[in-house]
Amino acid sequence: MNLTQQFRDITRSVTYGPGVLSKLPKSARWSLGGMLIIAFYFMPYWPNVPVLGWIINTPGTSFENVLTDQIMVFVLMALGLNVVVGFAGLLDLGYVGFYAVGAYTTAVITSAHGNLPWVASLPISMLVAMLAGVILGTPTLRLRGDYLAIVTLGFGEIIRITANNSNWLGGPRGINNIKHPPNIGPLKFTVLNAKPYWYLGLTVILVVLFVLHRLERSRVGRAWSAVREDEDAAELMGVDTFKFKLWAFAIGAAVGGLAGSLYATKVAFINPDGFLLQLSILFLAAVVLGGTGNMYGAIVGGFLVAWVPERFRNFDTRRYFVFGCILVLVMVFRPQGIIPRRGSAAGPRPVEGEAQ
Amino acid sequence: MSNWLIYRTFWDLTVSGLVLGLIYALVALGYTMVYGVLRLINFAHSEVFMVGTFGVLVSLTKVFGIPIFEGGQYPFRTGFVLIGILLASLLIGMAVSGLGAVAIERIAYRPLRGAGDAYGAVALAFVTGLILSFIISSDIGTNLIIAAVVAGPLSILYLRIFKRGRQAPRLAFLISAIGVSMALAEAVAIWGPDERVVYQTPRILEKKVLFKFLGADVRIDYVIVAIGAVLMMTSLLLFVNRTRLGRGIRAVAQDAETSRILGVNVDLVILVTFLLGGAMAGGAAMMFTLVYDQTRFNIGFLLGVKSFTAAVLGGIGNIRGALLGGVVLGLAENYGSAVFGGQWKDVIAFVVLLVVLMFRPTGILGESLAKARV
Repeated sequence: MNLTQQFRDITRSVTYGPGVLSKLPKSARWSLGGMLIIAFYFMPYWPNVPVLGWIINTPGTSFENVLTDQIMVFVLMALGLNVVVGFAGLLDLGYVGFYAVGAYTTAVITSAHGNLPWVASLPISMLVAMLAGVILGTPTLRLRGDYLAIVTLGFGEIIRITANNSNWLGGPRGINNIKHPPNIGPLKFTVLNAKPYWYLGLTVILVVLFVLHRLERSRVGRAWSAVREDEDAAELMGVDTFKFKLWAFAIGAAVGGLAGSLYATKVAFINPDGFLLQLSILFLAAVVLGGTGNMYGAIVGGFLVAWVPERFRNFDTRRYFVFGCILVLVMVFRPQGIIPRRGSAAGPRPVEGEAQ
Repeated sequence: MSNWLIYRTFWDLTVSGLVLGLIYALVALGYTMVYGVLRLINFAHSEVFMVGTFGVLVSLTKVFGIPIFEGGQYPFRTGFVLIGILLASLLIGMAVSGLGAVAIERIAYRPLRGAGDAYGAVALAFVTGLILSFIISSDIGTNLIIAAVVAGPLSILYLRIFKRGRQAPRLAFLISAIGVSMALAEAVAIWGPDERVVYQTPRILEKKVLFKFLGADVRIDYVIVAIGAVLMMTSLLLFVNRTRLGRGIRAVAQDAETSRILGVNVDLVILVTFLLGGAMAGGAAMMFTLVYDQTRFNIGFLLGVKSFTAAVLGGIGNIRGALLGGVVLGLAENYGSAVFGGQWKDVIAFVVLLVVLMFRPTGILGESLAKARV
């Protein structure tokens, strides 16, 4: 026990270094963050930078499209799922369901059965996905751990199969002609021009990041971590665990719906094959790979899960084999994820139901 | 109209639903036992099943030299040869799946438990080498040589890291399981002879109707599945309840730490659990190929999800619950798809699960590998 404690301390100090970042004055940290954000806005141009370009460019596919169709979606989904899995400690294996709800809502109200403007599609998609989260959560959140996992997994499948079997939702052919955002000055939102979508997507990601950051530090966030660390103790201390779990579910769902909506407006065409169960598993992999409970970890994980298979496209059919092996290797050698959560949960928690 | 159809085919649906349910149940046993002992959803168990079907396929075509059936005469109409081949393919399927499950445990879970050993280190080092070699070359021979060369020194390094003996958080096990599952399915898809197509498996016996049960045809392969599944489950229950190792499994399921203190070899118990669960999946794999005559690299995924659903339905960690859950699920799917149409088949399974869990939050029979009785 002492030995493991020591190792934990060592790994912790390695992870956070000598605390370089936190020791910097606030102004320096802010300007560093600002520079980073500006650099991210220029991300579509990164492949043109000498060394960085060689590393990051995706052979065979346009990096811009990877950025919007994959990375944007995965980062947003990882951020949203991180609320459910990382903050509240609920295992959700059907997160793709909310993504599908968001995408289909946008498709239905702007193309298939309505002609609402694009601006309306974002909030409506979020609301509908949130509603789906509440509807799923109300009966199921009283279930514990792994029961919840399998039920949510079922939910994800139900959404996809329903879309596949319903003519109203376009059936297997899906829905096309989904509205693009209106042009803003020089930013022309078309299928072929991916850059504006990245600017939009990155802005949305930053807003979501900010909101979630505030939430994590708020009373709700503290309630979530109480539920995650020990649900019974939290209940005894007067935390309304069910309410806060439902909140986590609803907020996670809303972010998922937002990601779905953005994706639908970018590609302008969706069908049920875009919402396979495997996607849920990749989202979860993104969260855990990056570091469960750490939002910056979720962003890194989302980026990697989206980018690695595209970067190694010249591995051809072997890339998912490689990806699976990488998942195992990372979990074996860095089980806390790439950027572990700060504070209490850096180590395993000794509760009943722990994998031995 | 559809109600009339249901009435006419009710017993047919029952019979085929029972067969499907028994196959689910056999696979569910692996999920349930591993969950009982490790509290882990063994996502890679679906691939254990898949590997078993391929073991059966290869043994039938390559070892026994039976061609894919294309009408005409069956190679063995009756007799001891047929029974021998059936038994042999069953045993091979069980062995392949059982060993596969043990290998997965060694490579992907054991290091996470902080008990990684040389086998795991070498295997992981080899895989690392393989991935690295892909960057240089796409020729599989070269890849293997590079991987073997890299594996040597790397495994020593890995073994050192294993010595730290850190226990990983629970989610890490799940992601590792998902990774193995993905890698295994893809490995079969990449290096299998026909890649991603559906493989036909040889038909070794003529599927004659043995007798009628309330108007439903009971085919000979159904009978074999029923007898085989019941025998396998009974022997598993007997093993868990009557033997020394079985007592170890129950003890670890109840409280791993205490049983370790009391002298139970927990690592051995976990190994046996994976071996038994894998063997059950291998048996299911042989029966699956017997009834449906086909397999594919991703055949495990959906069947695995359904089987896990069955395990949860019956009460996860509960061996008899797995049987009950499997049968209930198989029947519900068959009746449901007759009433609502086949395209809703998968939805029905999950709706049944949801309804059951709302009224019995720990499954029909509750969770208790520790207290399993005959």
